[in-house]
Amino acid sequence: MATLVYIEDHEGELQKDSLGVLGKAAQLGDDVAAILCGAGVKGLAGELGRYGAKRVLVADDPALDAPLPQPRVDVLAGLLADRRFDTVLFGASVLTADVAAGLAARLDAGLNWDLVDLDVQEGQLVGKRPALQDSVIVEVGWKSEPRLALIRSGTFEPVESGGEAEVEELQVEVEDWSAQATMLERARAESEGPNIEEADVVVAGGRGLGKPENFSLVEDLAKALGGAVAATRAVVDAGWYPYSAQVGQTGKTVAPRLYIACGISGAIQHKVGMQGSGTIVAINKDPNAPIFEYSDLGVVGDVHEIVPKLADLVRQRKGS
Amino acid sequence: MKVCVCVKEVPDASAPKRIDPQTLRLDRSVPGALNEFDTHALEEALKVKEASGDGEVVAILMGPAKAADSLRKALALGADRAIHVADEALAGSDLVATSRVLARVLERESPDLIFFGQQGADSDGAVLCAAVADRLRRPLISQAASLEQEFDPHHPPPNGVTTKVKVKRQTEYGYDVIEAPLPCVVAVSDAINEPRYPSLKGIMGAKKKPQETLTTADLELSTLEVGEAGSCTEVRALGEPPARGESRRIEDNGNAAQAIVDYLAEKKLL
Repeated sequence: MATLVYIEDHEGELQKDSLGVLGKAAQLGDDVAAILCGAGVKGLAGELGRYGAKRVLVADDPALDAPLPQPRVDVLAGLLADRRFDTVLFGASVLTADVAAGLAARLDAGLNWDLVDLDVQEGQLVGKRPALQDSVIVEVGWKSEPRLALIRSGTFEPVESGGEAEVEELQVEVEDWSAQATMLERARAESEGPNIEEADVVVAGGRGLGKPENFSLVEDLAKALGGAVAATRAVVDAGWYPYSAQVGQTGKTVAPRLYIACGISGAIQHKVGMQGSGTIVAINKDPNAPIFEYSDLGVVGDVHEIVPKLADLVRQRKGS
Repeated sequence: MKVCVCVKEVPDASAPKRIDPQTLRLDRSVPGALNEFDTHALEEALKVKEASGDGEVVAILMGPAKAADSLRKALALGADRAIHVADEALAGSDLVATSRVLARVLERESPDLIFFGQQGADSDGAVLCAAVADRLRRPLISQAASLEQEFDPHHPPPNGVTTKVKVKRQTEYGYDVIEAPLPCVVAVSDAINEPRYPSLKGIMGAKKKPQETLTTADLELSTLEVGEAGSCTEVRALGEPPARGESRRIEDNGNAAQAIVDYLAEKKLL
């Protein structure tokens, strides 16, 4: 099995999910190469041996400076035209989902996504994918090569196995149309705001709160419990609450002792950011909300009624 | 300005969902609904058309005959025209096959702007937009949380000719701003807008709007290029369900807050 693992970096730092996938690939087979794409990323290549790469292919070019998918598809498609890799793995992110899907179309190659495990059964690569709000796991395969896969964020932890990797630079050629989308402003990591990652109790609000002002209900409950306030992507994108409080795939990952979800439907992107919580309580008026599938206590009801009462009761109890 | 919106029918949120153990596919015989994520794409298409003052919004759906109801909902919401690609040979299409079919329809339509919803509520995939963009060799912007269009100064609204779109979108690191010239493909996040509800007039008028049904043959695709035959992935088996802890469910009858406090006390979390 010749496996290529796509390595994502952000501002000079290798992304943890990519390194985790690299480690898994090394565990499944010997012949593992990593590919790094960007401008000025050469210096990061040396580190990848430690995480399981035998070889590191570096596409270092100004055309790859912005983290946009289409030029990266060109690089990967060019590489795969020249050399045989039977499997290409990606740690899932906003960027890599677009890269992997574009590559699948370019090569007419099968892509399985949202995998939470990889396994070799009778010489065949098998992926495990949760379906129907994670209530079942389906085993998926590929009918042709190369086999492409996106691994759900947070699935594999990086392992430092401590090897040396051979580094090789690639020629970069980008199609005209791939360079048409341009990045005017690039996301920068924000460091300000409350540290929800270290809180013992997290109270999170979602779109079910109805309007931004209703976040005060969540804040009041968090205060009563001595916890921090978190928010979903939907309400952060809508400008109701700052990005620094966002939990989920494109936000922070939290694992408090207690997580209370108020008016959150619980899409998979949210789940991956909080599923490690000790106890999950969800309040939502929609009995079909996916969050109830992974809550320890699910309460079907109106957040506007329940949350203020709950805050009062908590205060009464703590006061007594 | 022609705007195409690719939509999908998914099992209704309240329908019992299961995977058929024979075909290993999602059982789509249950009541269906227009994928909610796609209603945001349709809403954005309508807003773009309204802002430019001119144009047409075309809803495109690939799916079984009964999915025509979802397409009619798209028309009731304001789409001007609908295209339904319906063919038994399409069942079981994966990303490679589905993107091949949609790209073929879009090549025929040659729109200025193509919208997708963020993901299918059934498959949780957020991949179709990028695959279709690659087949069309058009720029792609995904996860759009807000969108602005730039008009040709010589052709402002009300007969506006859009030259570019500028999109703000969220990634793992914060917000990017990306610009692309038209024609391009944009996948929107569900935070981009609040979709309108269909009006009575919209519902009544939907039946009269042009609707076209296409087969794979109409698209000059062979049955080997679509469906299971044209797919490169497969579902091999239904695995064991993931282990789950004990889960309790209560309906609020006025005492839910007290019930939560009791639960937290029992778990020694208070």
